[in-house]
Amino acid sequence: MNFFLSLFNSLPGAVTQGLLWGIMGIGVYVTYRILDVADLTVDGTLATGGALCVMLMRLGCNPWIALLCAFLAGMLAGLVTGLFHTRCGIPAILAGILTQLALYSVNLRLMGGKANLPISVDKYDLLVSQRYVRELSLRNPLPLAILFLVVMIAALYWFFGTEYGSALRATGANPHMARAQGINTGAKVTVGLMLSNGLVAASGALLAQYQGAADVNMGRGAIVIGLAAVIIGDVLLGKLVHNFALKLGTVVVGAVIYYVVIQLVLQLGLNTNDLKLLTALVVAVFLAVPYWKAQVFRKKQVTGGGGNA
Amino acid sequence: MLELKNIRKTFNPGTVNEKVALNDLNLTLNDGDFVTVIGGNGAGKSTMLNLIAGTFLPDCGQILLDGKDITRLPEHKRAEYLGRVFQDPMMGTAATMQIEENMALAARRGMKRTLRPGITRADREDYRERLKLLGLGLENRMTTKVGLLSGGQRQALTLLMASLRRPKLLLLDEHTAALDPKTAAKVLDATQRIVEASDLTTLMITHNMRDAIAYGNRLVMMYEGRIVVDVSGEEKKKLTVEQLLNLFSQASGSDEADDKLLLS
Repeated sequence: MNFFLSLFNSLPGAVTQGLLWGIMGIGVYVTYRILDVADLTVDGTLATGGALCVMLMRLGCNPWIALLCAFLAGMLAGLVTGLFHTRCGIPAILAGILTQLALYSVNLRLMGGKANLPISVDKYDLLVSQRYVRELSLRNPLPLAILFLVVMIAALYWFFGTEYGSALRATGANPHMARAQGINTGAKVTVGLMLSNGLVAASGALLAQYQGAADVNMGRGAIVIGLAAVIIGDVLLGKLVHNFALKLGTVVVGAVIYYVVIQLVLQLGLNTNDLKLLTALVVAVFLAVPYWKAQVFRKKQVTGGGGNA
Repeated sequence: MLELKNIRKTFNPGTVNEKVALNDLNLTLNDGDFVTVIGGNGAGKSTMLNLIAGTFLPDCGQILLDGKDITRLPEHKRAEYLGRVFQDPMMGTAATMQIEENMALAARRGMKRTLRPGITRADREDYRERLKLLGLGLENRMTTKVGLLSGGQRQALTLLMASLRRPKLLLLDEHTAALDPKTAAKVLDATQRIVEASDLTTLMITHNMRDAIAYGNRLVMMYEGRIVVDVSGEEKKKLTVEQLLNLFSQASGSDEADDKLLLS
């Protein structure tokens, strides 16, 4: 009974965390699913967003402006990766790793050389804070997180329906076709990386406020959590929804499920230190399942087919 | 309207895999020409088309389109002037996007892509009318993902897309080679209709000698990276497969059975 009570008590926190990571997951969706690029910049960008936002707010900046600055800083990081990739011919994965590494130093600079920069909810006017997560008031972070997600998904839905957004999707779907239709694929990949990293940095800014501190390591393994959100959402709900906005919604659901499950296994006694190991294994399995399915399907075709010839 | 001047292209220069693909190639297309291109494997047909499209650049030589030098223009910039259909049906369309979305992308080829809606109601009606002309029933499946279409349907759609905005030059790279004979005939028929309807200047590579003779007003044959036969007008109309094989033997200086087989 005690177990369920404490699980129930921890649910609001897990759900809110999942929603805030859902923003990050949507950023990963833009590169991984739409552009077909695995971008590892995000591990650095998440911390950049948190560090910049906390630093600016400690200097007295309005939280919304700090959030916007975090978004812009993320776009800048995405631009760097994009230029590495499209102008220097560096493979996308490596370009992302390079920017991510560089961002580690940048993030430390932003935080004045400290690995952790706190921002107390008592002293600052935070947009979201863990402290009020079980409170029935307007200070509760849940409504704001949901509102933020709804506005963001609506904006992305509009953008990817425009001429420009369609060109971006075409670039990811078939770069040969895109170029034959006069689309500058290099520029589109760069813009996609900027958009994605902007969203991830915004997510980092909100997460830092939520947990009351920016940490130079807060983005470590973020790409895997983002992928987990994308893949869990897709495996569980992908067959049911076809609308683009709802597809983005499945990413958020995936992130929430991820954090609820993490909460569950932690309460079952998993050591916090083993969390990343578990996450990596879960994502590896989810990534492998579609491949295995295809393999089995192919074997069936080879042995059972022949009727078409 | 299109001029290829002294084009040379070598792949993997300085290695054991060095291959001279185009060797001092010269070709001039006139407005309204429908030219079929034949030649054995490795003769340089696809290389020529890819150089015109800008997939890669020549080592030397010049490509002029309507007098404008496009030799070094990036692929996406010269797409404004070119309609293309590839050999691989997967190449010309975006599989994860809908039929109407693919068409909307093609309808804005070479235009600035803005933040206006990708497809308007008027666009949709226009696309529906054009799809009807293909006679494949695609006009009733406009929101279907292109990945669900057959190879022949995809090639027909790619062809339609290539002509949505009238290109100065239509490039067809063995666009029926991957299709079964019946579907190939349908797609070729659609090609003929679209080329005639818009009076397009066309360059069509084919490995089928009968098609090369049946379609177009001019036929060129390539061998070892240059054009060795160029017939047009009445002379082309009267051409037979045997004559073509003879022409090829003369041009290549031997009766190379291998290449002959590949041609027939």
